[in-house]
Amino acid sequence: MKQMKVGVLALQGAVREHVWALQACGAETVTVKGRQDLAGLDGLVIPGGESTTVGKLLARFGLWDPIRERAQAGMGIFGTCTGMILLAGARPGESEPRLGLIDCAVVRNAFGRQIDSFETELAIPVLGDSPFPAVFIRAPYLAAPGREVEVLATLEEKIVLARQGRILACAFHPELTKDLRLHRYFLDLLLK
Amino acid sequence: MMKKATVTVQRGLAEMLKGGVIMDVTTPEQAKIAEEAGAVAVMALERVPADIRAEGGVARMSDPEMIARIMEAVTIPVMAKVRIGHFVEAQILEALGVDFIDESEVLTPADDRYHIDKTQFKVPFVCGARNLGEALRRINEGAAMIRTKGEAGTGDIVEAVKHVRTVAEEIAALKNASGEELTRLALEMRVPVELVIETKNLGRLPVVNFAAGGVATPADAALMMQLGCDGVFVGSGIFKSENPAARAKAIVDATTGFNDPKLLAELSRGLGGAMRGVAVAGLTSGDRMAGRGW
Repeated sequence: MKQMKVGVLALQGAVREHVWALQACGAETVTVKGRQDLAGLDGLVIPGGESTTVGKLLARFGLWDPIRERAQAGMGIFGTCTGMILLAGARPGESEPRLGLIDCAVVRNAFGRQIDSFETELAIPVLGDSPFPAVFIRAPYLAAPGREVEVLATLEEKIVLARQGRILACAFHPELTKDLRLHRYFLDLLLK
Repeated sequence: MMKKATVTVQRGLAEMLKGGVIMDVTTPEQAKIAEEAGAVAVMALERVPADIRAEGGVARMSDPEMIARIMEAVTIPVMAKVRIGHFVEAQILEALGVDFIDESEVLTPADDRYHIDKTQFKVPFVCGARNLGEALRRINEGAAMIRTKGEAGTGDIVEAVKHVRTVAEEIAALKNASGEELTRLALEMRVPVELVIETKNLGRLPVVNFAAGGVATPADAALMMQLGCDGVFVGSGIFKSENPAARAKAIVDATTGFNDPKLLAELSRGLGGAMRGVAVAGLTSGDRMAGRGW
């Protein structure tokens, strides 16, 4: 099997946990801080962090357009938490920019403040029967999915995992657990 | 079944702040400037450390009214400080719903023997440390995040450098320590030996470790990142400078681009004056905040 080359956006957030998880799945990893780091990547992970911070740094480090262009040319993207927020479409009247690579609206801090953050066992049918240990930290969810969006998991009827082609958006933090199934699922998407 | 306030959830928020800058703010307007600059969180307090230092008196938890107004003003996490050992101030901040509590030596200590039992709280805590023993004691008490103490309100980076180097050297020394030595060290540091072994195996602290106390310039932030810190707190350094908005943004960018001297040169230009500051070497021991904590 071809070794996948996957970047982890390293502007701010839980970068090293994704690097470890991807390496444990056999991928070659690159940390991405500038446009030149995107060259030759099969996929990109946008990790958890603070979405307003990462959004501003994407602009200051000149990465919005290059990421969008590479994704349109076939690069897969796996966004967790902040990554989910950035992948979604901009809502009317919202000032924060978005990548708009998954046809959904996004609701930020949708489960409450830190005091309401939680862990749960989440059913994700595409990963098999055993539930996934999902860590939700000031998490978002997706709403109003377009026709091309495949909803992969919901919690209290809120979309917490969804896919559109090679774009995978996740509201929780698989990188904070030892369960590698979602990272493997993403690497499999890149082969398709 | 949802499990709230687990160790994973508490330490997890700290992991999400990595590579970011946490800024002291005293008003909702300052909080918005910090958010616009790209801060990952703000620390809501009535007086920045430089003013606490200048004005003296007893420094306590800030007015919940003022903290609540800052929580309403921004969408990023909001932290607030309590006095060392003052668990009722912590209960009040938890009731208010702040995202992180800093049990801080910048405020006047409320207990001369014990820190707060942080395992009793749902809100995660950050605590200061000058060395590995302090860091592990705080983690053992339930802290989800550690920061250097540095010397707050001085604008002098020397103490923060000393503290991050000390912790790194003490962790490096664990590498070759025998089982008996680890037991002796654990006794000396007053922590369970399992925590010392965990630290040895990881080669770093088991929680995120930020720089704090004396950061005043983009170069200071990049220095602490190059020394291995996971992120940076800036207290007085921003809103005691000539141009807070520009300096705040430059410090955020420097914390991300800490390894790129050309970028650092670019974003250090034309920021106006930094906070005037006070050299730590000229302080008497009574003026030093870092000695508080046990």
